[in-house]
Amino acid sequence: MSRAQTRTAPTIQFATILAWGAFALVMLVTLFPVYWVLRTALSDHKEIYVQTAVLWPVGFTLDNFKRVLGMFTAEQSVAMGGTATGINFWLYLRNSVIVSTFLVAGQTFFSAMSAYAFARLRFTGRDQLFFLYLTAMMIPGVVTLIPNFILIRDLKWLDTFQGIMAPGFLMTPFTVFFLRQFFLGINHELEEAATLDGANIPTIFWRVALPLSVPALSTLAILQFIATWNDYLWPFLVGKKEAVRVLTVALAIFQSQTPQGAPDWGGLMAGTALSLVPTLVIFLVFGRRAVNAIQFTGFR
Amino acid sequence: MTTHRQPRLAARREALYAWAFVAPSLIGFLIFFAVPSVRGLLMSFTNWDLLRPAKFVGVANYVRLFGDADFRHALKVTGYYVLMNIPIQTTLALGIAVMMDKFSKSTIIRGILVLPWLLPNIVVALIWLWLLDPTMGFLNQIIMGLGFQRQPFLGSIDQAMPTIAAINIWRHAGYTAILIYAGLQTIPKEVYEAAAIDGANEQQMFFGITIPLLRPVLVFVLVTTIIGSFQIFDTIAITTKGGPVDATRVVYWYIYEYAFVRFKMGYATTISVALFVILITITFIQMRYFNANSSDLD
Repeated sequence: MSRAQTRTAPTIQFATILAWGAFALVMLVTLFPVYWVLRTALSDHKEIYVQTAVLWPVGFTLDNFKRVLGMFTAEQSVAMGGTATGINFWLYLRNSVIVSTFLVAGQTFFSAMSAYAFARLRFTGRDQLFFLYLTAMMIPGVVTLIPNFILIRDLKWLDTFQGIMAPGFLMTPFTVFFLRQFFLGINHELEEAATLDGANIPTIFWRVALPLSVPALSTLAILQFIATWNDYLWPFLVGKKEAVRVLTVALAIFQSQTPQGAPDWGGLMAGTALSLVPTLVIFLVFGRRAVNAIQFTGFR
Repeated sequence: MTTHRQPRLAARREALYAWAFVAPSLIGFLIFFAVPSVRGLLMSFTNWDLLRPAKFVGVANYVRLFGDADFRHALKVTGYYVLMNIPIQTTLALGIAVMMDKFSKSTIIRGILVLPWLLPNIVVALIWLWLLDPTMGFLNQIIMGLGFQRQPFLGSIDQAMPTIAAINIWRHAGYTAILIYAGLQTIPKEVYEAAAIDGANEQQMFFGITIPLLRPVLVFVLVTTIIGSFQIFDTIAITTKGGPVDATRVVYWYIYEYAFVRFKMGYATTISVALFVILITITFIQMRYFNANSSDLD
């Protein structure tokens, strides 16, 4: 053993350095584009197009942020290379917060209720029904997208918050599946003790099972919040109007309105940076839990 | 256990509660998953422009689909994308996962790696649209700084699809690496120790132990990423909108055009049913071929 080690030691060292270099490169490539968003957003709107290769913000300014937050008049915006159409990221930010928060709250709660029934209670048709839910997990979104759009249109729910939130508000097959797995894994004993004490099923669910599942529920809520926050096509189809427009849709519309020859990159990157804030906050606050959640539930 | 009245009553009450608990999710499931799936299938046998009532046309849309050169082109472009995206992304992710396993188990590193995946597709597309801008993009400054010619990237027929593949590799490689890394943690260290005693080198261990024992994780990763990459849409909606010419007109974009630009709902659902059949078939073949549910650890 020791002879073999001494013989191969130099090559291993070289390989190690090479691997470290590769690893550092991966990190750099991962982080640099995100840094570039900030760099552009904090740069002067004219300098962006001149100093294209400077690594730090050129002519440091917060004007791009102020502009997309609607703190300049239309004339001022145009003078700064932006569009005259009002951009108000406060509004879009608010809309995104409303949609993501309510949607995830409803989805998590109602999914937890049914997941508890699937995991703990006996009723005829339980396994067949759960199998149906699982089957729905296989169906790609595009199949239900068009019929759901037509349904929301027929309900006259286009350009409303309920229209954007409706399809996922009561459940997704994934959230039910995830929570059922969790409930199957937790200890029965506390629930049995509560039954012996005469507690009925809703009480046990509310007082025993839910408090025990706070870690799982918050993990799922984090994942679903980020997924909802990032969603584009559905809110684009049913919620283009300003009053309900969410951030992703706003960014896409902003980009399509920006002048073809000289896009308003300063404004676009400022809007982009703003849209990243909640995700980054969640990430910094929940750090380890978020990473582990992604790691162990890596499918949706 | 006995047929007392008490337990039977309790069982009936339990079932009642259970249905009450399941009811909200069942309503959501029926309205937004089950019924639309069936409705989508039914719509594919009609022509419908949303203005006049839908007209039943039998299998006409399916007949048309088989002769549709644009659909074949969309399939080809999508396949091209998947074939570029998946092998590079998976190999890269495997490499990153092995490096993480060797060098650093830190949460911060994993956090950084997963960051691109947490960003909205729209944002990722915008960031790269700017970095890859033909005249002012940073990447072209580097390329020219190194003495090469300016590249059109998303603006050229040849480069657009590979560029979009690269953008999505950037978004997904770290995330995929995290999944594979989790798989690596399940391989018992004793297996490597035993192999080392038998004189196996790193390479032999990697191909003889790591890869075979990772198989369930790798199959899972492949199945989900392939399904995901067949549904590429957001990135294209921001960057190329199917162009230049038809170079990035993938199936999902084609469906979108038929449904929400031309308002031909019948044919659009026909294409989406076809995409569904393709995805199910690919998944089924993969599960069969790789024997997904068994691990070589047994």
